[in-house]
Order: sequence, then C-alpha cells, then structure tokens
Amino acid sequence: MVIFVWGALVYFKERTPPTDASEVYVVAKQWMWKVEHAEGQREINELHVPVGRDVKLIMTSQDVIHSFYIPAFRIKQDVLPGRYTVEWFRATKPGVYHLFCAEYCGTQHSGMVGSIVVQEQAQYEAWMNGGSTGPLSASGEKIFAELGCATCHRTDTPGRGPNLQGVFGQPVQLEDGRTVTADENYLRECILDPGAKRVKGFQPIMPTFQGLVSEEQVNALVAYIKSISANKPPGGAKATASVVAPRHEPGETRAQAGERVHAQPNGSQVQ
Amino acid sequence: MSMSMTTPILQPVERENYLNKEYGVWSWLLTTDHKRIALLYLISITFFFFIGGFFALLIRLELLTPVGDLVQADTYNKLFTMHGMVMVFFFLIPSIPAVLGNFLVPMMIGAKDLAFPRINLLSWYLYIIGGVMMLHCMLTGGVDTGWTFYAPFSTSFTNTNIIEAGLAIFVAGFSSILTGLNFVVTIHRMRAPGMTWSRLPLFIWAHYATSIIQLLGTPVIAVTIVLVAAERALHLGIFDPKLGGDPLLFQHLFWFYSHPAVYIMILPSMGVITEIIACFSRKRIFGYHFVAFSSIAIAVFGFLVWAHHMFVAGISVYSALVFSFLSYAVALPSAIKVFNWTATLYKGSIHYDAPMLYAFGFLGLFTIGGLTGLFLAALGIDVHVTDTYFVVAHFHYIMVGGAVMGYLGGMHFWWPKISGRLYPEGWARLAALIVFIGFNLTFFPQFVLGYMGMPRRYYDYSHMPEFQVLNVLSTAGATVLGVGYLLPMVYFLWSMRYGKPASDNPWNAAGLEWKTASPPTTFNFDAEPVVTWEAYNYEELDAPHKEGVPVAR
Repeated sequence: MVIFVWGALVYFKERTPPTDASEVYVVAKQWMWKVEHAEGQREINELHVPVGRDVKLIMTSQDVIHSFYIPAFRIKQDVLPGRYTVEWFRATKPGVYHLFCAEYCGTQHSGMVGSIVVQEQAQYEAWMNGGSTGPLSASGEKIFAELGCATCHRTDTPGRGPNLQGVFGQPVQLEDGRTVTADENYLRECILDPGAKRVKGFQPIMPTFQGLVSEEQVNALVAYIKSISANKPPGGAKATASVVAPRHEPGETRAQAGERVHAQPNGSQVQ
Repeated sequence: MSMSMTTPILQPVERENYLNKEYGVWSWLLTTDHKRIALLYLISITFFFFIGGFFALLIRLELLTPVGDLVQADTYNKLFTMHGMVMVFFFLIPSIPAVLGNFLVPMMIGAKDLAFPRINLLSWYLYIIGGVMMLHCMLTGGVDTGWTFYAPFSTSFTNTNIIEAGLAIFVAGFSSILTGLNFVVTIHRMRAPGMTWSRLPLFIWAHYATSIIQLLGTPVIAVTIVLVAAERALHLGIFDPKLGGDPLLFQHLFWFYSHPAVYIMILPSMGVITEIIACFSRKRIFGYHFVAFSSIAIAVFGFLVWAHHMFVAGISVYSALVFSFLSYAVALPSAIKVFNWTATLYKGSIHYDAPMLYAFGFLGLFTIGGLTGLFLAALGIDVHVTDTYFVVAHFHYIMVGGAVMGYLGGMHFWWPKISGRLYPEGWARLAALIVFIGFNLTFFPQFVLGYMGMPRRYYDYSHMPEFQVLNVLSTAGATVLGVGYLLPMVYFLWSMRYGKPASDNPWNAAGLEWKTASPPTTFNFDAEPVVTWEAYNYEELDAPHKEGVPVAR
C-alpha cells in the first residue's frame, strides 16, 4: 500500500510537466531522434540542455512506436505516431548521459541511441547562439503565412475560421456540443484532420494538411499558435488527451522531413 | 512367468497398462486415452522447448560482446521473436496443463478419462498444425516484431511473415481453448463418488482456474490476431494512425489476453508445487480453502491488470493509478499461496527428494519474481525499469523460475506413475541443483543490467560497454542452465529402458492417482473409486497402525 502510494506520487509528478518549462520538440523515426528547440536549434540523436532548468519534451513519431528513455534521469515515455506525448526533466549535474530507444522499433532499434548533453548555463548559451535559424515559432509564423492560413484565421475581423489569438490552453466549444481544451494534441489534430473536432459556429471548409506538412512543420505551427496566445495556461499538452488519429501519406511526409533535416549541420554546434 | 506375453527381461510379469496395451503408430496417433495424448504432448512440447532454448542460447552468445558480431541485426530480432513465440505459445502455455494436467486430472478425480476424449485428441492435432505452421514460418524467414506484435510496426512496417505466425498462434489457441473446456466439464461432471469440491487436490483447483482463463482469454488474442492480419492484408485502419487507427488499442487487446496468459503458465505450476510440498512435508496443506480460492482469485484479478504493461505507453495518469492498484491486489492471492506453502513446511517431516528440490527452487525463484513484480507495479519505478532487462529478468523468474521449475518438479514427481519406472535419484538431485544455479546466474545479472538502464531487445550495446561484465555472467549462466535442462531428458529416456520398476505409490503420497497401478491401465481404475477421506491425509497415511486408507479397487 505504501509502495503503491509512493509510486503513484512519483508517477504523478513525473507526468505533470511544470508550466514554465522550456519546450523541445522531438520527432522520432526509424532509426533516429530529431530534436528541435523552441529557440530554433536542431539536433539529431543529441539534446543539449542547461543545468537546473525544467525541460519539457513534446514528442511524436513519424512511423512506429518508439520510447524516449534517459536511464540516468529515470524517465521514459513512449513516442507514438499520430499524437503528442510529453515528458519532462530537470538536469542537476553537467555531463553526457545515455539516450535510448526503449520500445522495439525494427532492425536498428539498438542503434537508435544518443546523448543528452547537460551544460552549465554559460556554455549552453554559447552553444545555443551558434547556427540558429531563429525561434521555432518564427518558422511557424512563416509557414502559417506561406500556407495562407491567415486568409481564414484572421485576427482583425471575424474570418471564416476561428481567431487563433489566445486560443491555446482555452476551452473550445465544438460543433457536436463537446468542450475540449486547446492543447498541443488538439491543435495538431485540427491541422491534420480538421473535420474531427470542428469548432462550434464554423463551416467544415478547412482542407486537411495531412501529407502537405511534415511533422516538423506541424510542430512549428503549434509553437507559433502557442506564441500568439497571451497567457500560458497550466497543464499544457497532456499525453492522455484522447485523439482520433489522423491520416498520413507516409512516403511524402518522410521525404520532406528528410530533406529538411539533412539540410542542417548535424551536431556541429557542439562545443 | 512363462505365461507372460511380453518380453520378460526387465519385468517378469508386466501387467496390462496404457503403454503396452497396443503398439504401433496408429494406436498412438488415433488414441483417445488421455494418458497417451499427454505423452504425445510431452514429446511435442519437449521438441519446441529445445528449439526455443536453442534460440535463447544464440541470443546469449550474441550478447557476449557489446558489438553485433555473431549474427546480423535482423537475425537477432528474429531470434528473440521466435524464442518468445515458441516458448510462450508452444511450450509454456501447453506445458503443465496439456501434459501433466491431461495425464492427472481424470486420475485425481477418479474418472476413466476426460469428458470429451476425442476433443482432447483434436486439441493435440490443432497444436501440431499450429506448430508445423510456426516451423514453416521459421524456416521461410521468421518474424521480427517481438512476440508482442506491437502495431503499427507489425501491421504497416515489417516485411516478415506476420500473417502466418499469427495464424499459427490462432490455431494453437484453439487447442488451448479446447483443453480448458475439457477440463472444466470433466471437473464438474466426472468426479468419483465422494470426491467433493473440498476434497479435490489443489492441483485440480489450479487447473480449474487455468481453464477458465483459457476459455475466456484466448478468444481475445484470436480476435486481435485477426485484426492485425486484416490491417496488414486489407489496410483496414484499426491500429495504424496513418490509416485512422489507434496503436494503443492493439496494446490493450494484446495484454488483455497476454497478461492472464501468464497465469495460464504459473497457476498449474502452483498446483504442482502444492502437491509436492504436501507430500514431502508429510502434512495436510495449510489453509486448503485459502489456497483453492486464491487460484480462482488470481484467475479473476488476472483479467483486471493488463494495462500495467502500458504505464509509459501514453495511457492516462488516472487509469495508470487504477491498474497499479489492481496489480497490487493480484499480488495478495499469490502471497497467500506462498505463506500457506511455508506454513505447510513448518514442522513438517521434510524429505529432500528431487521433486522437493524443484519445489524449493520454485519457492525461492517465484518469490523473487513476484516481489520484483511489485517493483514494476509501482508506477514511479516502472517508468524507469519497464522495457529494460529488469522486466526480462522479472518475467523469466516467474515463467522459468516458476512455471518451468514446477513443470520439472511435476515431471519428477509423477514420472514413476507415467512411465512405471524410477529415474536415478542422484542425477535428478544434481540436475535440480544445476538448474537452480544456472538459472540464477543467467537472470540475476539481468535485474542489475535493467536497473542500470540496458533496454531489452538490443542487439548491439557498443555505446555502453559498461554492460558487458554482467552480460558475460548471464551468458555463462545460460550454458549451465542448458546442461541442467538436457540432463533430465537424458535420464528420463534412460529410465524408460533401464530404470527400476516403480511401485504403485513410490512416495507414499495421498491422492487417487497413486491408488492405481504404475503405469495405470487404460481406464485408470479397475473399479470406480469411492472417496471417503479428506485431501492430503498424510497424518493418517503415516499413522503407525494403518496401511494407508481403504480404497475401493
């Protein structure tokens, strides 16, 4: 009984990310980890974090189920295709720690390993300043403009789509009467499968962006929409939000993603 | 002596029994005698056990060094997959029920045979058909998903022959369902006069509970396999999110069967251990009714804990809390059993014969396996150690340390009844010791490896060479364990020809199966027995002025 309660408390804490954590988006694929900081830094099979700061990982997979496991931090969370799961940690000691994929994912499962590099604040900032392409939300804003999202999702006058300013973390009334919280999983679903949970009072005119945007672009869009929300609510993305999983064109998504990733100098920012 | 029809070399007067009644291949392949079917099962599961064991040995040899050198990554992935599938579906699940259960359930309750002898034979044929399909699947390339078949890897990504492997398990599953059905009906309808529910040996209670799980759980895995095949072949969106499915649905369905399946493996073993401990402590089992109902409780609770395999899979925090709590609840009946066995040993007149050594091995290993299960049920710890070697060690302690120890103990205990011969006791004790030492050497280091963070299903650990020492220990243990498993097979075979003839009741044990000849006649008893005594009446058996208890022969 005592063990149960103790275990449950630890789990509860482990599953509830702090609201002020810095956010890192993780995309898993056979067989690598692609990481993108909210500040715009990208890495492969490596994650640089500063010591003593809460870090929240918002993770999804392009193909099969993976699991983001850092033994030294005692955390592990499966990474699923078609939805976000989250985990968080606060590194307390500088050093290099193992990162493993813990859910069997095919031929090179045991090669899907990497490192968590925990650095002192100053070192981390120096690393962060090298080679960044600007914050993730900024690239999200660019994609938002390129895809013409703003023609419907207007902020000045009532548009054909809901105004997205301040929407993140707020309850949303749906056409079918339900109310959901606009968390990361909900935003993601609305981009990829707009018909599934339509906002009350709007016509089903939004096309799906399934296959048109890569997982990384979805992450950027979500980061952008979050950045235009004034107040950051408690809770954030819940790994548990029930999601009707969207449809993908695997080949296309992967090709685009590969292109984007390979354009980046892998891990060259390491000092 | 001269009137004997059989060869009089070893046994001057050999009575007619189920083994010598008929000869020839067809008398075996078309038999409806539960004892012969049990032997058919014994031969087939031993075959699969050594195939699965061979895969295990290759896995351990590959992990001897951190780099992948013995086999290729894909081969390694197939090895652990086939090891799991063969051991779970073609050895552990049928092991005790289909061999010892088949042989003993009718005899223990005083029946001539199972309720449906032909269905019993059918279930063996289904097992063989499934087994042949599995062999064919292995020979034509095997499967690389892990025995857990997790979607969407199994449905959309792997290019190995999932459908054939699934079908093999599907067919073998029906064998399991039919065996369960047969046992339930037999235990309800075929008990001898006077054999009331509370006089049943606890082996029977354990098999009754097992049968319920087989009947209710196995159809779910069958459905799951069909859904996987449908998604794979027809691209129906069930599990793969790209097709509109939900990968967690697969895990719920899979574990809804596969967790209770653990109890299909361990409950019969608990039944065996109960018989052995009572016999070799010369005492009535302590708390008979508690042990009996704890079997049923395990069968019921076993269906309510499946999602404890999924604490990091992305289920809600609240359902994880519920499943963690229920997992503690299922530990209670198991603990009741362990305490009752220990209480039975207390002040017993303990004999250290080979079956008892296996029973002691079971007690120690199962307790370690069970207690580490509590670690895993604790949510905070599970997050760290799930999907690592800690889990691998935990379930091997339950399935090998528990189920296989029970199976070997039972084989030694009832071998004189099955074969009519005695095995060499010294060798048997040595083998029990080797198995115990080899087992611990193999799997204890894996607890440490898992705690240090080595994930399971890793073919290459060159990024973390610090794990090598423990892996070498584990591999060394596996070779010892292999010897320990080969020995009983050798001396059992040897004893069939050269062993001393066994008396009807060599252990002076209670139970109806010992009140008939060794080996028994085709219909077990010359006349229907009438039971007038309580189960485990060892005090009565050992009382100085009584020659056992009266039995109608």
